[in-house]
Amino acid sequence: MKYLEEFRDPKIARQMLSEIRRTVTRPWVMMEICGGQTHSIIRNGIDQLLPESVTLVHGPGCPVCVTPLELIDRALAIAALPGVIFTSFGDMLRVPGSRTDLFGVKSAGGDVRIVYSPLDALQIARTHPDREVVFFGVGFETTAPATAMAVHQAHREGLKNFFLLAAHVLVPPAMSALLESPTNRVQAYLAAGHVCTVMGWKAYEAVRAKYGVPIVVTGFEPVDLLDGVLAAVRQLEEGRAEVENRYARVVQPEGNRMAQELMADVFTVRDRKWRGIGVIPASGLGLSDRYLQYDAERYFGIDRIEVSEPVECKSGLVLQGILKPTECPAFGTRCTPETPLGATMVSSEGACAAYHRYHRPAPAELWKG
Amino acid sequence: MPILRHRTIQLAHGSGGKLTHELITRLFADRFSNPALDRLDDQAVIDCGGIRLAFSTDSYVVDPIFFPGGNIGELAVNGTINDICMCGARPVALSAAFILEEGLAVADLERIVDSMQRAAARAGVDIVTGDTKVVNRGKGDKLFINTAGIGIVDHPYDISARRLEADDRIVISGRIANHGMAVLSKREGLAFESPIESDTAALNRLTSALVSGLGASLHAMRDPTRGGVAAVLNEFAAASGVGIVLEESALPIAPAVAGACELLGLDPLYVANEGVLIAVVAAEKAELAVTVLRGHELGRRAALIGRVRAKPPGLVAMRTLLGTERIVDMPVGEQLPRIC
Repeated sequence: MKYLEEFRDPKIARQMLSEIRRTVTRPWVMMEICGGQTHSIIRNGIDQLLPESVTLVHGPGCPVCVTPLELIDRALAIAALPGVIFTSFGDMLRVPGSRTDLFGVKSAGGDVRIVYSPLDALQIARTHPDREVVFFGVGFETTAPATAMAVHQAHREGLKNFFLLAAHVLVPPAMSALLESPTNRVQAYLAAGHVCTVMGWKAYEAVRAKYGVPIVVTGFEPVDLLDGVLAAVRQLEEGRAEVENRYARVVQPEGNRMAQELMADVFTVRDRKWRGIGVIPASGLGLSDRYLQYDAERYFGIDRIEVSEPVECKSGLVLQGILKPTECPAFGTRCTPETPLGATMVSSEGACAAYHRYHRPAPAELWKG
Repeated sequence: MPILRHRTIQLAHGSGGKLTHELITRLFADRFSNPALDRLDDQAVIDCGGIRLAFSTDSYVVDPIFFPGGNIGELAVNGTINDICMCGARPVALSAAFILEEGLAVADLERIVDSMQRAAARAGVDIVTGDTKVVNRGKGDKLFINTAGIGIVDHPYDISARRLEADDRIVISGRIANHGMAVLSKREGLAFESPIESDTAALNRLTSALVSGLGASLHAMRDPTRGGVAAVLNEFAAASGVGIVLEESALPIAPAVAGACELLGLDPLYVANEGVLIAVVAAEKAELAVTVLRGHELGRRAALIGRVRAKPPGLVAMRTLLGTERIVDMPVGEQLPRIC
């Protein structure tokens, strides 16, 4: 962990903060895309340290949060089927569907298991040839290659009992969609470092060119984040709009070619609905024709599911950076991590959960005296 | 509103977090209510003809039954001793009840029972009674162990979660999160560069040293097992109606454990410990408490990690390395099932 310490060093952080204060001359709004970055910002209180003229709004970069309710309900329906072993990342298990969550299915007798990698799900399929093993694949370009690898290996080994319920989404189309929105406030992006590890930063060139916004590839530690903010402020103040890589210790211009090729083979790009935002063109990944036999939705033939979102949940506005979690009237009262109205409160990367966990304003009277 | 918000028992009801609290207070404590129970400490203290007796019980379902640094049997002995001695009681006797699954290897059971005897001997406590049941294959998971124990409170002080006062200091006896990460690494087949071992240990020598060294200045003690340091401090803050603020830079944690938590996205404040205690002491005795703990092998890495403040009541916060403050909430949901 030695390698990380310099990126958590309070002294370096303070130097960067004073550099940001010296540079900024007027108000700027920037968005960090990734839920992991939101989490780190709130956990470390970086938003409290920045000058008032720099506003960080939190982006849609929590894949669990943007998974549409009907897909969650479909997952619940498949997980409840006899003979199925349903696997996913731990975060997915607590996301509320219309009536229950995956933990609820599990306690009602469904075989639902947490895995740390899609390859673990594949291993379960190998050791349980008499069961149908489904992996609920969630995530951005970061986790999609591992899912692709699992499907690819299943195919190579001729496994007939492994299926994928795909909820993978792509970041650049969402960045464009947010900038197209009439309510957009975002003037610069802090791009998600780990996504860029896979896709490279050149992928953002088109977004920058079309909309003229600075895009700074940023890491996750406090010093990384402040460094990203500083780079974005400098670009904005100087009227520049460039793709700038401030996470060079991890991110290469071209990304991970092998991972990209694997994804291109296994997946095909599709229009996708994002929870709280709507359909974004060419923003999701489905299985390509060659691998359709592994498609869980197709195999289990789950019918169209009608859903209605809780009307009180404002997570769509939060995901677009229009509303701060604490500005939602239900925050911390009718909506808490134990009784979430929407996914931004339940996923550990969701903005509402991060605020509730680390930064919930205590009622003013508690602090008095 | 129904008594519990779920109609069936969820894994999270056993997590030591909010749902556990709801289950205990609304279902069990509500029905069993009596003065000794209603204190909801890790042990009940009852008066038996002029002797103050501490009484506690705990069941162990850890999976796997053997893990780096210990096994389910040692855990069952040490865990109940720790529950007894956190009120400053001197543990005197334990019971051990075994629920065995048909097919369990006798050699495994032998190893476990041997290590239970060694753990009890180390702590100076006898296992004086027990019970054995066998269930059909598939109806249990290898073995579950219940231990209960009694101890004698031979000091006049009230050591309790309700005794925290503003300006008290929070002391911890050792490095955190070892047990949870050891069990998890074994269960998930994760290999770390330096092996992480459970810290399972009986803490009765530490607690008796603190009682005799600090007397009435020792306000509360508890061992942060399920739910970790965060759960214990939230229980303290709620029970005493005070706030607590931790110093991130002061938390003792082994680099390998910090790295493993980082890798798995777990917050070490929520990870279980089985050989660490948290003591809340009057400010002027804080240094003494650390010195007393460091005089013992198990307390060599004792540290001062925070303080109690009057406001906001019930809220635990942490001053981060950057000097900002964040909330350390009661754990919600199930981070790692069957950790003890």
